[in-house]
Amino acid sequence: MATVAGQRATAPAPGAGARRRRRRSFPAWRWVVMIVAGLYFLLPLYAALRFAGISGFKDVFTTPGFLPSLWLSVRLAFVTWLITMVIMIPTTVYVHLRMPRLRRLLETVTILPIVIPPVVLILGVLQIAPLALRATAWMLALEYVVLAMPFAYRVLDAGLRSIEVKTLTEASNSLGAGGLTTLWRVLLPNMRTAVTSATILIVALVLGEFTMASLDLQQTFPVWIVLFDQENAQVSVAASIFALVVTWLFLMLITVIATRQSRRIGGGEVTIFAVAPRETIGN
Amino acid sequence: MTANAANETAASAQRRTGQATGVAGIAGTAGTREGTSVSLRDLTRAFGSTRALDQMSLDIAPGELVALLGPSGCGKTTALRIVAGFEYADSGAVLVDDLDVSGVPASRRDMGMVFQSYSLFPNMNALDNVAFGLRMRKVGGAGRRKRAAELLDMVGLSAQARQFPHQLSGGQQQRVALARALAIEPRVLLLDEPLSALDAKVRLQLREQIRTLQQRLGTTTLFVTHDQEEALSMADRVGVMKDGRLEQVADPSELYSRPATAFVAEFVGTMNRIPGELGTGVVTVLGVTVDVQPGGPTSGPVDALVRPENLTVAVAEGGNGIVTNRTFLGSTTRVAVLLSEDTEVLVDVSPAAAAAMTPGTAVQVALPPAPVLVAARAS
Repeated sequence: MATVAGQRATAPAPGAGARRRRRRSFPAWRWVVMIVAGLYFLLPLYAALRFAGISGFKDVFTTPGFLPSLWLSVRLAFVTWLITMVIMIPTTVYVHLRMPRLRRLLETVTILPIVIPPVVLILGVLQIAPLALRATAWMLALEYVVLAMPFAYRVLDAGLRSIEVKTLTEASNSLGAGGLTTLWRVLLPNMRTAVTSATILIVALVLGEFTMASLDLQQTFPVWIVLFDQENAQVSVAASIFALVVTWLFLMLITVIATRQSRRIGGGEVTIFAVAPRETIGN
Repeated sequence: MTANAANETAASAQRRTGQATGVAGIAGTAGTREGTSVSLRDLTRAFGSTRALDQMSLDIAPGELVALLGPSGCGKTTALRIVAGFEYADSGAVLVDDLDVSGVPASRRDMGMVFQSYSLFPNMNALDNVAFGLRMRKVGGAGRRKRAAELLDMVGLSAQARQFPHQLSGGQQQRVALARALAIEPRVLLLDEPLSALDAKVRLQLREQIRTLQQRLGTTTLFVTHDQEEALSMADRVGVMKDGRLEQVADPSELYSRPATAFVAEFVGTMNRIPGELGTGVVTVLGVTVDVQPGGPTSGPVDALVRPENLTVAVAEGGNGIVTNRTFLGSTTRVAVLLSEDTEVLVDVSPAAAAAMTPGTAVQVALPPAPVLVAARAS
């Protein structure tokens, strides 16, 4: 319950006690699983770090194309995020309010970009895209919007399901607010957790996407890393690790900002991998 | 099209006037202003093949509280939502102060609404929730905070002004919702089962609070409920609905003592069904022939409808019934008497008289010679 989250903030002592109890009852087999899984993830990283060496990391920053490609990826992430949000937030809200029966259809439609291989998708797009857009970063951003749609839709849909969209909208209307005001002042602030999660997914997606970018002849950060592989393996590996750290930092930043804001109103907690709706916290 | 546009213009002009008085009211204290009348004219609304509303008409006088009472699915909520502007009627009109508001969107109707539950904005504290409507009306920051604080005080929640909805109890949330709806000094207050999600004790308190405030402010109010006790205790008049139609609109005591139809009679209060023999204008029940009230069937097998307090019962060897149960209700005791194999009636007697009526006692149940309502016999 949400109240539990509130209590946790005001009274840390019982929370700390619970944490201690939990640690005592942490069984040995869990440690085994954690260590095995941890090794699985960390060993390759460690190997990569050893291989790249300190000189590899130094070279990353001086290698031509590093900054422009990173900057391109960041801009792409932002533009993709913006377009996706502007399209998907009103759409999901509208479907929830006016056409709840369409939700199933939309779920199916939005999963298509995952089902269709990126190569097929981009070849199709290139067939029909207007000439002016072809092989531009804008084109790539639009393609990313399509790629991001399934994730964005699902997260926003779940977020809307956890609030009383219809009642809140009607209450807002009866108090004199129109549609846009209601969306901006009433619905969006209560979708913050969902919007944050969608943002995290989109940023992670764009910062890591390779196939479309390379087919679209855009030297994004992942494309730049792969191109480098052929020339200097050490720098390339160092760049990969750097990319990992940058992405991770971005996600942490988004999480921290969102959690700080949502805690103020007793909202759900945001984590990188999962969104805990208000109701489930403390259960 | 043209007619619609004209209506809208008229209504928005009227709204501006309403707004002006609203702002004036904020400057002073919660003032008494001329009440608003509401008329529902021949409202019809179908969802697929089911008729939620069927030619429903209702007039609400300025300052009056009318409750719509009925079982779920009777159309009462649809009627309220049409008045609010959240739903449209297939035909018919809603008149507010004699102006058709059918084309006016909900956000311009100037109606305060309290929902069943979960309608407070979770991202705003109680004060900001109450101030929201004033903000939409472009009332300045200091003015709206002052007014919102006044309203929170009015519902007794000044101490909770800074709390967020999730920190408030269900009853407190509904009081904030009421304050929020009243803050805009609405022309009409709409209450959509505002108490049904609360527990019994809170419900009782809030019931009185709503009624007191409504009378003090003189706001014309439409109240939807499935709880007859709520409707009878709060409303000036109660409209009982069934299958999208109003069966009867009357003040609570008339509704109880002179129900127009069998449905109303059985929906409001406790009602006995006793098989009777129908004659012309008369019915023979329990060996007594009494007049039939108009409103029931004129032929076929019928049951007479009699309230527990309108029957008499006395201990009698070889009487027409046997006591099966007794329930002590305080000032009276309700005795259940089995008349025949499938007819059981409830009779109210004084606790003193009931003392002798232990289960198994033979008794004589009698009907005083007053007109009764009859209904087609339930199969």
